[in-house]
Amino acid sequence: MTDPAPLLRVEDVYAGYINDLDILQGVNFKIYPGELVVVIGPNGAGKSTLAKTIFGLLTPRRGTIVFDGKNIVGLKSNQIVQRGMCYVPQIANVFPSLTVDENLEMGAFVRSGSLKELKDRIYALFPRLVERRKQRAGTLSGGERQQLAMGRALMLQPKLLILDEPSAALSPQLVNSVFELIKRINSEGISIILVEQNARKALAMADRGYVLETGRDRFEGSGPDLLNDPKVGELYLGAGRGH
Amino acid sequence: MDQQLIQLLVNGIAVGSIIALSSVGLTLTYGILRLANFAHGDFMTLGAYFTLVINLLGVNIWLAIALGSVLTIGIALLSEKLLWAPMRERRATSTTLIIISIGLALFIRNGIILIWGGANQAYDLPVASALDILGIRVAQNRVVVVALAVLVIFGLHYLLQNTKIGKAMRAVADNVDLARVSGINVEQVVIWTWVIAAGLTAVGGGMYGLITAVRPNMGWFLILPMFAAVILGGIGNPYGAIAGAFVIGIAQEVGTYWIPTEYKLGIALLMMVLVLLVRPQGIFRGTL
Repeated sequence: MTDPAPLLRVEDVYAGYINDLDILQGVNFKIYPGELVVVIGPNGAGKSTLAKTIFGLLTPRRGTIVFDGKNIVGLKSNQIVQRGMCYVPQIANVFPSLTVDENLEMGAFVRSGSLKELKDRIYALFPRLVERRKQRAGTLSGGERQQLAMGRALMLQPKLLILDEPSAALSPQLVNSVFELIKRINSEGISIILVEQNARKALAMADRGYVLETGRDRFEGSGPDLLNDPKVGELYLGAGRGH
Repeated sequence: MDQQLIQLLVNGIAVGSIIALSSVGLTLTYGILRLANFAHGDFMTLGAYFTLVINLLGVNIWLAIALGSVLTIGIALLSEKLLWAPMRERRATSTTLIIISIGLALFIRNGIILIWGGANQAYDLPVASALDILGIRVAQNRVVVVALAVLVIFGLHYLLQNTKIGKAMRAVADNVDLARVSGINVEQVVIWTWVIAAGLTAVGGGMYGLITAVRPNMGWFLILPMFAAVILGGIGNPYGAIAGAFVIGIAQEVGTYWIPTEYKLGIALLMMVLVLLVRPQGIFRGTL
């Protein structure tokens, strides 16, 4: 089987917020160009920590993270952004006192020169934001904020987008539209790592998925395989409990 | 209104302008760096002393103020490098930072006494006759002080609203973690914040020396009105700080019409206490 070079490779990574207390305990992870990979797992398994570590917000104590053929351990977030990876945090993912327009500009801070074309592309993707462009982001609804947060992260046309629980705190209807959006972004060739609580829905549309448990990758497989795996189902998808 | 009251009002506007310049810096360092910098007043004093030294070498006073603020910015950046950056790196709490800033304030003030002595000093200024505006005598310097303050305030507004670094400063004030993951170079924003904060404060100090004596505790005594202005305007909000500064400056000066001059600081403190009791978030919202 030919194995093309992965876009991102995380190998045997240990990391945590304080010394001697690693949340991630030897996690492995891979994503290939164009893939949509879902990371699920119980609370405290290290899903968000993995996302933060990949993005340089935490420095791994051990292990390697290779993005696009280069080691990115020890780089700061603003340097990682320049290499074509963007990240949408779970909460507080827009600048509330900046306007929608300014929020998008901040997404392309590392770029110099006119941002008009980049912004127009985002507005084409999220027409809802156009009428709000001069409005402060703090006045947006939950769904609009999520669109703005993704728009900000897409300003640089990244190769890889990391989304940390984009469906958290949204109504079920909005969750569907956010997932639609994620699929659409992915279909444009952007690889996406999706960290989700909403495991069933996320796995259904993913190319592959990882199940994390206590800071390690417990299961790995294609979306449908994980969905149908009785062990995964019982432990993490709530099956067998009279669903 | 009688003559004296109007005269006091004019003085209040001049003092308010100076407090405005320096409290903008104070509120920016608080909003962006999360640092309640008690050494801010002493950076102001430093600006006045640098101005004095350059002025006494025979340099024009306005040029001396400009050069003095450049030197003050240098010292502020040095303190960032030696103190604030390492402390942030260690995730020091805001209480620790406040205590360090008080220590830095003492260090700067006593350094000034060591180098230049504790006596009152004055700039070498050409004698200029006071302007007569509708029967009110206004020293020329005060007019320039107010004009310069207004100019600087508009400049700051332009910077914050229209330039890339200004928008990034507001973004960092909103959410520093999100700013980092958006790709904003936070370290660069920090440097710019110091340049602006220290620069404005030093200009304020240099101009304060025009209307009062240059002495080692001139800035320290102004730190209370500055904090009062910052709190009045909503912590972190530069526009609020400007408005608060004029309110405090005018209230202080006009208040001396009824109460002895020695108590004018009390007016600023009283206003600060009242605001904290009634509307602790300040009159305006506390963001940039």
